[in-house]
Amino acid sequence: MSQTATISSAGPTASQDARVEARGPRPTPFFTPRKIVIYSILFFACLYFLFPLYVMITTSFKTMPEIRWGNIFAPPIEPTGEAWIKAWTSACTGLTCQGLSPGFWNSVKITVPSTLVSIFIAAVNGYALINWRFKGSEIFFTILIFGSFIPYQVMLYPLVMITRELGIFGSLWAVILVHTIFGMPILTLLFRNYFASLPVELFKAARVDGAGFWRIFFEIMLPMSLPIFVVAMILQITGIWNDFLFGVVFAGTQNYPMTVQLNNIVNSVQGSPEYNVNMAATILTGLVPLIVYFVSGRLFVRGIAAGAVKG
Amino acid sequence: MADMTVEQARKGGAGSLTRFLRNIFLRNLSAKIAAAPMMATVLVVFVGCTIWTIWYSFTNSRLLPSGDFVGFEQYQRLFATRRWNVSVTNLVTYGAFSLVFTMVFGFLLAVLMDQKIRFENAFRTIMLYPFALSFIVTGLVWQWIMNPSLGLQGTMRNLGWTGFTFDWLTNPRMVLYALLIAGLWQGVGFVMILMLAGLRGIDGEIWKAARVDGIPTWRTYLSIVLPMMRGVLVTAVVLVGSGIVRLYDLVVALTDGGPGIASEVPAKYVYNYMFGAGNIAQGLAASTMMLLTVMIIIIPWAYLEFGGKGNRK
Repeated sequence: MSQTATISSAGPTASQDARVEARGPRPTPFFTPRKIVIYSILFFACLYFLFPLYVMITTSFKTMPEIRWGNIFAPPIEPTGEAWIKAWTSACTGLTCQGLSPGFWNSVKITVPSTLVSIFIAAVNGYALINWRFKGSEIFFTILIFGSFIPYQVMLYPLVMITRELGIFGSLWAVILVHTIFGMPILTLLFRNYFASLPVELFKAARVDGAGFWRIFFEIMLPMSLPIFVVAMILQITGIWNDFLFGVVFAGTQNYPMTVQLNNIVNSVQGSPEYNVNMAATILTGLVPLIVYFVSGRLFVRGIAAGAVKG
Repeated sequence: MADMTVEQARKGGAGSLTRFLRNIFLRNLSAKIAAAPMMATVLVVFVGCTIWTIWYSFTNSRLLPSGDFVGFEQYQRLFATRRWNVSVTNLVTYGAFSLVFTMVFGFLLAVLMDQKIRFENAFRTIMLYPFALSFIVTGLVWQWIMNPSLGLQGTMRNLGWTGFTFDWLTNPRMVLYALLIAGLWQGVGFVMILMLAGLRGIDGEIWKAARVDGIPTWRTYLSIVLPMMRGVLVTAVVLVGSGIVRLYDLVVALTDGGPGIASEVPAKYVYNYMFGAGNIAQGLAASTMMLLTVMIIIIPWAYLEFGGKGNRK
C-alpha cells in the first residue's frame, strides 16, 4: 500500500499508469436528474403511442352498455369476445352483413400474389441493372425512381382505362397488376443496391464458365439474396395489406380488401354504431401487419430504412 | 460492331431510332427481355399515363375522356371552386404543421434514444408499431378516441371534469389538428428511426472534439450534428413531404372530409371528381396540380442531390 503511494508520487509516468488502470466506464448512479428527464419524456411519448392500442383492445372486449357509461380508460368489467365474433362473421358494410372475413380472404388473395410477383420482377430488374447493363438501362432506372414520387392520383384514371381494355378491371388481377407496378421502384432499388454489394467476381466466374442470364440468376444470385428477400417481403406484405386506394378503385365491390371493408363497416351510417365491433374489426385488420412487425423486429426497420437509402 | 451501328445510324435518316432499335436486338437480349416489365412500367405508366393525364386535363371530358380542347378552362373552374381552395389551404396548413412537428419530434426522440439508454429496443418497438398500421386503422382508432360523447371528452366529463372540451372532430376550426394528432402518431416513429440512424452514423471523434472545446451539448447538436446529418434530414423531408401530398386514406377514415368540407384534401377532390361526380377532366386537372406540387418539392432536391456532384454519369 505504502509502496504504491511512493511510486505514484515518484513521477508522471507512474501516475499515468495508475490512471490507465482506472479506465473504463465510470459507474454512474442510475437516477441522475438528466436520466430522470430523459426517461420521463420517453415514458410520456410511449403513453401517446400506446394509448390507442390500449383503447382498441379494451373497447373490443366490452359490451355496448358498458361502453355507453362513457369511460374510455376503464378495462372491461366482463370481458367478452362477442364483438370479435360479430366483427368477423356478421358486421354490416352497408351492402352485406358477412363481417370482415370475406375482406380478409380478399386481402390474402391480393397480398400473396402481388408480393411474389412484384418481388420476382424487381429482383430480375435489379440483377439486370447491375450485371447486365444495356444502353438506356440507367435512364429507365432513374425515371422509375422519380416515378415513385408521382402522386398515384395522377396515374389512376389512365390505369383504370388500361385495365378496362385488358378486361381485368374490377377483379383481383387489376389490383395485383397495380401493386406490382407501384411496388417496382422501391423494390428494384432495394435489389439493385443489394446485388451491387455482392462481389462481382462471382458473376464473372459463372460467366466464364458459360452460364447465361437466367442460369446465373437462379443458381447464384437468388440463393444469395435471401436476406433482401425477407426485407422486401416485409415491405410488400405490410404495404399491400394496408393499401386502401387501389383496393377501392380497382378491385370491384366483390373483391374489396380488408381495409376497404373495415372502413365501410365503421363509417356506414345505418343503425346505431357498435364501437366494440368497430374496434374488434380495426384490430383484426391491423393484426397481419402487426404480426409481421413484431416477428420481423429489426428487419422491419431495415425494410423501411431501405426506402430512405438512395442508390 | 457497335461503332458501325453508330456510324450507320448517323448516316441514316432514321437516326437515333435505328440505333435504338438495333441496340435493343443486338446486345444483352435476355437482359432486355427480363427488364421488359420495368421498361413497360416506366414508359406506359410513369411517362405515358402522366402525359395522358396532363393532356386530357385540357379537355372537357365528363363521363368518358373526349378530345374537345378547352384550354385552361378546367383550371379556372378548379380555382373558382370553393371546395378545391379549401382543400389546398387544408393541405398547406396540415403539411406545414405535420412536416415541422414530425421532424422536430422525430429528431428529439432520436436524440433521447441516443443517450445510451436502457430498454432502447422496447422504446423503439413502441414508437414504430403505428407505422406498420394502415391509415384506415389509424384514422378509425382516433375517430373513436375523439368521439365527443363516449371518447376522451365524454370520459373526462363523466369523471367530473365537466368543462373538458376535446371536440376537434366536430369543430371545423380544429379538425385539421385532429388529423395532425393521428398523422403524427403514425409517422413520427419512422422519422425517429431515420434520425437515429443518422445520429449513429456520426463519428464519435466529433463528440470528443466538441467536448474538449467545451461546447455545450445542445450547441453541438444544433451547430455540428444537424448540419452533418443533412443527407438524412433531406431524405426525411422528401419522404414526409411526398407522403403529405398523397394524404387521402387518413382523411377518409377519420373525418371523411367533414364536418362539412372542413377537412377536405386535394387527393380526395381528385377521387370524387373522377369516380363520383363523373367529371373526369376536373379530376385530371386537380391531379395535375398535385403533380406540380410534388415536382416543386422533388426537383430542387434532385438538383441538390444529383446535379452538383456529377458522380452519377
